[in-house]
Amino acid sequence: MNDILPTLERWRSEGEEIALATVVRTVGSSPRRVGAKMAVTASEKMVGSVSGGCVEGAVSEEALEVLRTRKPKLLTFGVEDEKAWAVGLSCGGTIQVFVEPIDW
Amino acid sequence: MTTDLVTGGEVFQGFLDRIRKHRPVALATIVEGDDGVGQKLLVDRSGLVAATLTEPALASDVLERTAALLSTGRSETFELQGRRIFVEVHLPAPRLVIIGAVHIATTLSRLAREMGFRVVVSDARDRFATPERFPEVDHLVLGWPNEVLPRLELDEFSYVVVITHDAKLDNPALEAALKSAAPYVGALGSRRTHARRVRALQASGVSDEDIGRIHAPIGLDIGARTPEEIALATMAEIIAVKNAAEEDDP
Repeated sequence: MNDILPTLERWRSEGEEIALATVVRTVGSSPRRVGAKMAVTASEKMVGSVSGGCVEGAVSEEALEVLRTRKPKLLTFGVEDEKAWAVGLSCGGTIQVFVEPIDW
Repeated sequence: MTTDLVTGGEVFQGFLDRIRKHRPVALATIVEGDDGVGQKLLVDRSGLVAATLTEPALASDVLERTAALLSTGRSETFELQGRRIFVEVHLPAPRLVIIGAVHIATTLSRLAREMGFRVVVSDARDRFATPERFPEVDHLVLGWPNEVLPRLELDEFSYVVVITHDAKLDNPALEAALKSAAPYVGALGSRRTHARRVRALQASGVSDEDIGRIHAPIGLDIGARTPEEIALATMAEIIAVKNAAEEDDP
């Protein structure tokens, strides 16, 4: 959270709509720990990461959807999941990412 | 359990406030279930802060689990009454407080930054405590240790190093540090200097138990000679104390 906090504060002051994605569970090897975060704005700005780069694309798509529906969502990405491998990076294991609209 | 009706924004604001102030905090969120997904409950050391959980029975169980996780420092997901709950625990980064803006402090503050510590350097002597000498520290504080240390609100995430080379500054600094919960208080000086210091502290009424908390001579024994080597030995000792404490309380 500390790494993305200054950016979140700035986006908020600029009136951006923000979705926050948090790693809530990892199974097997995973490059980012539980609690790792990325945030996405409705204007498609991005900060932070939830994996070594494998799932950020898919997560940012889902984040935009969450901002449209205002409904939080739990995403699961696994080794066998095509989305996790689409960009060809070497992530293993399974990660669960919770995506929610935030406002404060 | 009753909670005041609050918005998700208030809970999130409370979470961010505590992170900014370097206070331990735990945020529980329903991440899966038939209803209530996204509802939250926020806990700090003093207990429940705020919640948007609408079911009282669920909220009271979540509060109990979340408070327990906060004291262990671990984030976790678990199942409760058909929901999956994620608890995110945030503990502050450790903080190194260096009393004595001397040569050792310049290297020690850099090493501590590399190790992920927040760094505070303080000295009563304005020739020593200058931004030119300490460009990278989080706080450079000019003042007497007996006034500065109580203001810093030393807690269990604070590590204190007393290295002014001057008993008039060192001893009040040690007295103030030993009144806190800081898990590490180290003091520079030979065994002879330390023996003299112990007598002075006893004379001011510091208990033998507290005096026993002082790490002196400072640092792991690596045969350190130069200020840089003493800084390295001190940093290594602090890491050893920190890791031992985390192991005792996983």
